[in-house]
Amino acid sequence: MTKIKSLADLKKLKDEVQSKIKLREKGDHPENLVQIKVSMATCGIASGAKETMNYFIETLDNQGVDALVTQTGCMGYCYAEPTIELTIPGKEPVIYGFVDKVKAQEIIDKHVIKNELVDGIIPVNYKTIDD
Amino acid sequence: MIELSLHILDVAQNSIRAKAKNLAINIEEQLSNDSYQIEFIDDGSGMSGEQLKKVTDPFFTTRKTRKVGLGIPLLKHTAEQTGGRFEIKSELGKGTRLTASLGLSHIDRPVLGDIAGTLMILANNEFSTEIKYHHKTENGTYIFDTEEIKKSLEDVPLSNPEIQLYLKEMIKENLEQIQISE
Repeated sequence: MTKIKSLADLKKLKDEVQSKIKLREKGDHPENLVQIKVSMATCGIASGAKETMNYFIETLDNQGVDALVTQTGCMGYCYAEPTIELTIPGKEPVIYGFVDKVKAQEIIDKHVIKNELVDGIIPVNYKTIDD
Repeated sequence: MIELSLHILDVAQNSIRAKAKNLAINIEEQLSNDSYQIEFIDDGSGMSGEQLKKVTDPFFTTRKTRKVGLGIPLLKHTAEQTGGRFEIKSELGKGTRLTASLGLSHIDRPVLGDIAGTLMILANNEFSTEIKYHHKTENGTYIFDTEEIKKSLEDVPLSNPEIQLYLKEMIKENLEQIQISE
């Protein structure tokens, strides 16, 4: 029978992760990182925002991209869920709609890595909301 | 919502947005009285009697970005369609307790699904609300407490992808040991 993961093993993993974090120059300062906010209200959740968020977290980690993936409330674009707000350091945030796993991969490959805008931005005059 | 874990993710966001310091999510599976109970207890801002009356109305929300609030009405509907009941109590400034009882063996009861993923998203909430998940069945009890996890992690953030992956596996493995039903 395999051993079940426990808090004691978590402490070992913590030590490994801690040494990796110290190696990074950027640390965890959000302003230096690519930030992705996934809209996670009823409309987003029902449309698959959870899968989209998990996909971003896992894929960005696998590809070695330093990014901060967080959740946010409803941004008011319920018709286009799942929606994400993407902020590249030093640039204005943009919102993408209908972000499934395929779209998420396209956004990572083109916008996050190459800094090229991808089709599907809504709306053009978007300003980030604090609510 | 195709899974109960999505309902939980959605409804728990209300407690987080109500700036609760602590949110307890309690699940109890009881074969003896065929019940699957989900309970949310928070110490957030709570609601006035007036708000409480409207809370199951899908056309009521405190958000400004849209005019519908479907999270609670959808959970109420799911509870009632499985022969269960729904109850919500709240006091302004003290907090809210929401209980949804579902029929455990009812054909319309959604599966719990990816609760580990839900807990990871909730654990990384923007207001630092501590989440205590308590899952009880006749086979035992599993508790996932973000406060305890954060203490073990010290200065390593819970949002770290490697940590998240590990915790998800830990929750899944522990729940598999006690869950009666999916």
